[in-house]
Amino acid sequence: MIAQLPIYQQAILLLASLVLFSSFALLAQTRVVAIIKVFAWQGGLVAITTALVAYDTGQHHLYISATLTLGLKALFIPWLLLRLVNKMGLNKEAHTVEHPAMLLIVATALVIFCYYVVQPIEMLSQSITRNTIAISMSVVLLGMLMLVSRNKAVSQVVGFMSLENGLFFAAVAATHGMPMVVELGVAFDVLVAAVIFGVFFFHIRDSIDSLDVSQLNRLSELDE
Amino acid sequence: MSYWILALFQAILFVFLAPLFSAWVKRVKCWLQNRRPPSLLQPYRDLRRLFSKQVVLAHNASFIFRLSPYIIAAATLLAAVAIPLLAVNLPTAAIADVIVLAGFFALARFFLALAGMDIGTAFGGMGSSREMTISAMAEPAMLMAVFTLAMVASSTNLSTVIGVMLNQGMVLRPSLLFAFLSLVLVAVAETGRIPVDNPSTHLELTMIHEAMILEYSGRHLAMIEWAAQLKLMIYGVLIANIFFPWGIAEQLDAASLVLAFVAIGLKLMIIGVALAFGETLMAKMRLFQVPAFLVLALTFSVIGLLSHIILEIS
Repeated sequence: MIAQLPIYQQAILLLASLVLFSSFALLAQTRVVAIIKVFAWQGGLVAITTALVAYDTGQHHLYISATLTLGLKALFIPWLLLRLVNKMGLNKEAHTVEHPAMLLIVATALVIFCYYVVQPIEMLSQSITRNTIAISMSVVLLGMLMLVSRNKAVSQVVGFMSLENGLFFAAVAATHGMPMVVELGVAFDVLVAAVIFGVFFFHIRDSIDSLDVSQLNRLSELDE
Repeated sequence: MSYWILALFQAILFVFLAPLFSAWVKRVKCWLQNRRPPSLLQPYRDLRRLFSKQVVLAHNASFIFRLSPYIIAAATLLAAVAIPLLAVNLPTAAIADVIVLAGFFALARFFLALAGMDIGTAFGGMGSSREMTISAMAEPAMLMAVFTLAMVASSTNLSTVIGVMLNQGMVLRPSLLFAFLSLVLVAVAETGRIPVDNPSTHLELTMIHEAMILEYSGRHLAMIEWAAQLKLMIYGVLIANIFFPWGIAEQLDAASLVLAFVAIGLKLMIIGVALAFGETLMAKMRLFQVPAFLVLALTFSVIGLLSHIILEIS
């Protein structure tokens, strides 16, 4: 029961639920700039949660992970994406979300599914963060849902990054973080991915005059 | 016996303070918008004037039109009686739990919508259809939030819920945060405040509540307006006493009752200020954006329920 936990652990659970909410918020946002801002908030929340876990368990290497997450996910990548969006003149653009109510129902079902799947793991674990494993799995699956439900490149990239947030959160929740080498590697990967995505935005726009990737499904000869 | 007297006193207090609460919200709003506020007694004067006026009925008004104000007022009054205002563990709290409370509101709304359509004017039907659209989405959100509370307290009785909240000490519950946010949004939608509906205009394109009661006059109108003020107060007291229960009397001695009275007064004043700020800072949204607003409320309550099950139980 939550009432018997110390206040730091209650705060961890509270922040975990806010991370889950930010995933739902990402799914519902329509404006490009708003999507990127919500993503930045999610990164910030994950970073704070990691720092709290580090404080609570005394695992000092988690502070480094938290700082990396804060710097990369909450500040640098959102800044990079916002700059790209401004440069390409997409900042006023609204992406339509098809069937928002349906998306909410699917998202809820995914969270319940994660809870069901993760339950055996939770029984094995003694860690204080074992309850948040289900939340982090849901963030991963909600990120995937965002990837498949959007057809604009920027939203898909944010969905992918949010999925990575979920993986990082799962590592923190289940085993108090991955080995430092792996974590540094992943952080570097994400950074490189963000830069490459940026280049790709320009390439996609140059070749199909839009960032709507659903147009990539068609053969160009059939159109003309 | 003294319990029943106190319960009766509390109900009378509830009914007679409701116009004062809406006058307070109006006053803060006037201050914020640099207007001169009307007296705090103005709603009482309006009600007295309406009660003394003759009722004008349309020729084709059926018995539903004449009956509805009484049913609306009675259902809202019963809901108000069941809510702990000053003290928990009063006998009236056992009349209705939170689900019955939602039922009272649904009953009142059903008859209000019927009465709106009864005369057959365009505005009445339009208002009824809008009200039903909104309530179809506000009610599930409210019930989900209420279920979250009920699961936290292991009871649907309001008095027990408040007792549990009062005695649990300092606990950061994610479920309560989301239930609170959801109930605030639902309260704004259900009491017809900005940004969902504007209670102070009769602008034909946007009105919802006012459109349904356009044909009413005299004491019928007075009863419906009083019920609307009572509903606003009910939501205010619900939010104040469930999520911020400090000060509510657990023993029935004079000192704790006076303290409870002062506490609920302060809480309602703060809620009034918050509501007035919200209404001043936000514009009324288009009707077609209201579903998005209510889906947000539903999302909050769904996440509240899920986070209770996932994070708080084991």
